[in-house]
Amino acid sequence: MEFNENFILGCSAIGAGIAVISGIGTGIGQGNAAGMAAQAVSRNPSIKSDITSTMLLGQAVAETTGLYGLLVAMFLMFVQPLVP
Amino acid sequence: MGAGILLTGGGADIDFMIKGVFPYQLFGQTLWITTTHICLVIVMLVIIVFSILAKRVMKKAAEVPSGFQNVVEMVVEMLDRMINSAMGKHAPKFRNYIGTLFIFILLSNISGLFGLRPPTADYGVTLALGLITFVMINFNEIKHQKMSGYFKALLDPWPIWMPINLISKVAIPMSLSLRLFANILSGAVMMALVYGMLSQVALIWPAALHVYFDLFSGSIQTYVFCMLTMTYIASVCETES
Repeated sequence: MEFNENFILGCSAIGAGIAVISGIGTGIGQGNAAGMAAQAVSRNPSIKSDITSTMLLGQAVAETTGLYGLLVAMFLMFVQPLVP
Repeated sequence: MGAGILLTGGGADIDFMIKGVFPYQLFGQTLWITTTHICLVIVMLVIIVFSILAKRVMKKAAEVPSGFQNVVEMVVEMLDRMINSAMGKHAPKFRNYIGTLFIFILLSNISGLFGLRPPTADYGVTLALGLITFVMINFNEIKHQKMSGYFKALLDPWPIWMPINLISKVAIPMSLSLRLFANILSGAVMMALVYGMLSQVALIWPAALHVYFDLFSGSIQTYVFCMLTMTYIASVCETES
């Protein structure tokens, strides 16, 4: 069965849309870290700067998985590896 | 079927791709000088000029700093504080490398503000940075843990786990470089989309987006890259005694 290029492009767009769903996990993780950091600051406001830098570091690491999804989506949309 | 055909229907010109400027021959291969190289050279020239000026100022440094000397001392003190807090007693040996890395990545990331294509939005640049970190981690591990400790850590807890340990070693530079690359690339793509698709109404408000994507995201990712590099290096420098 022969697929034409427009069909493959459409399926690539759907795949890109599905790939960025990985942002859900990132959002939950980052929100969790921010909430915990707010709690920690309310308990011990004197080490606010330490808490903030730790939170930013953890959030940036948690962001990686979401970015992988974003990369896959970008490759599908702009590099178009599946189009013959 | 060019790149970005899904978006170019309305005649908008969206370009965030790396463009070749001129080709040259090397060992029978055709290679390209791209926009990344040119932006890298511009960033390096800015750093070199800054450091030459800083050296000239610090040669006749005054007891009470003023003007440009203030800026230089502030930068050095900020970097020193960051490195000391992360590495403790190992800080003096790595101060030069981490400081250089920080300034280079920061300038590369915010160069999008000045109309350049950020060099760190090219995987070739960030992979090189990640590989430097990888080599430093392994070199310092062998240096501080000796060969026996290095292979003992590789075979930990059983020899059968060696493939997994190897994968986790290789994953460090991959994730470091991909994180920086994807963050800066997504910022560049967002700005290109805004300017390309809303060219008629993108007048003043994209400045707010620039503040987020270039300044905030760029400095956070710089901090994270340097912080993770320091954490990894410091963790292998700890000797059991």
